Amino acid sequence: MSAIRYEAPRSVADAVRLIHADPDARVLAGGTDLLVQFRSGFRTPSAFIDIKRIPELVGVTVDAKGLHLGAATAAADICEHAEVRRLWPGLVDGVHLIGSTQIQGRGTVGGNLCNGSPAADSTCALIVNQADCIIAGPKGERVVPAERFCTGPGKTVLEPGEFLVALRLPRPAPRTADAYLRLIPRTEMDIAVAGAGVSITLDASGVCTAARVAIGAVAPTALLVPEAAKALIGSTLDDAALAKAATAASAAAKPIDDKRGTAAYRRTVAGVLVKRATKIAADRVRALRAF
Amino acid sequence: MSKLHIQTTINGEPAEFLCEPHETLLSALRNGVGLTGTKEGCSTGDCGACSILLDGRLVPSCLVLAPEAQGRNVTTIEGLAQGDRLHPLQQKFLEHAALQCGVCTPGFIVASKALLDKNPHPTEPEVRFWLAGNLCRCTGYDKIVKAVMDVQV
Repeated sequence: MSAIRYEAPRSVADAVRLIHADPDARVLAGGTDLLVQFRSGFRTPSAFIDIKRIPELVGVTVDAKGLHLGAATAAADICEHAEVRRLWPGLVDGVHLIGSTQIQGRGTVGGNLCNGSPAADSTCALIVNQADCIIAGPKGERVVPAERFCTGPGKTVLEPGEFLVALRLPRPAPRTADAYLRLIPRTEMDIAVAGAGVSITLDASGVCTAARVAIGAVAPTALLVPEAAKALIGSTLDDAALAKAATAASAAAKPIDDKRGTAAYRRTVAGVLVKRATKIAADRVRALRAF
Repeated sequence: MSKLHIQTTINGEPAEFLCEPHETLLSALRNGVGLTGTKEGCSTGDCGACSILLDGRLVPSCLVLAPEAQGRNVTTIEGLAQGDRLHPLQQKFLEHAALQCGVCTPGFIVASKALLDKNPHPTEPEVRFWLAGNLCRCTGYDKIVKAVMDVQV
């Protein structure tokens, strides 16, 4: 085995050059997946390209346009950000479920997405918040919506030489809130059996005017479910509308049987979580001072 | 293979060490610097025994590469006591007998310090959720939680 290198480029261009020049190099963000895979022998890269010394890769910015998240920003930095907590509580729900306090000090939302797990807890919230994934590569920058970033378990749209630079979320419309829920068989630190993210906009009379629904851990990738959103839009989120959304989510799910749960159980739970997450998001809208 | 020369700050003092590019910070602290208070448990980020503060942020040192420490501030369990004066957490762990074999203890104390630095008066559920990533196989959790709750900062 030749020597494994450690590189800490200071610019996106330098990182692209290093990654493009060496197909066996791996991008190191928080390392909470990569270094575990390395230690277990599952993956032996030729080099670790640490992207955390690139200024624009780390940090949280909230402005009039929305949220800009450097891809290598630690989960804890996102969860502690007061404006992010206020405007994207559902994103914080998801990010705050990624591993332990220690893992959240290290793990990143960019890494959570690039690891490509269908059960990644931050992905559903990114999808319902219309996150754009900013990708840098040898041909320049390109943008992919979060729901199209993962293409299968452990697989993403990233081409050789490309890496994820940032996530950009538009500012939520007035009277909009999000929520994320997952089911695990214990109270802390586990991998989702099923998950659901919801973003809801209500008008002054309480009618839902816009919605996005995503489900996780019940298909090869997290799924945007427009049929479930359609069931909510135009309703007051009454029981009939919630039941219709749940049915649509269960129908869209394509789960597998594994040790965490059967396919049938997951399909049912996905629907239940959509209902519950919708109620939480709606309560959050009603709690907004602007309402 | 040529080793990397890393200059960093450990427990407030300038420090330097040599490491392999793919070596963990945990290994460099224990084997390179000789600070063996930080323990190796699982080496997969699940147990919290190797908890340290990196630029004030609680992290598992088994999932940090040693060269990442270049120019950073590292705090280990050895940095908590002031000379012979124990940190209040260390004192309370003794008073409450909040340890049995002691392997998890440095990680628990460093993690608890990170909590109290942010939240000096945590509720019991806050302590338990914060410490969910620290495993104690002698099962001393109640005494640990009581010790942390008893610290007056």
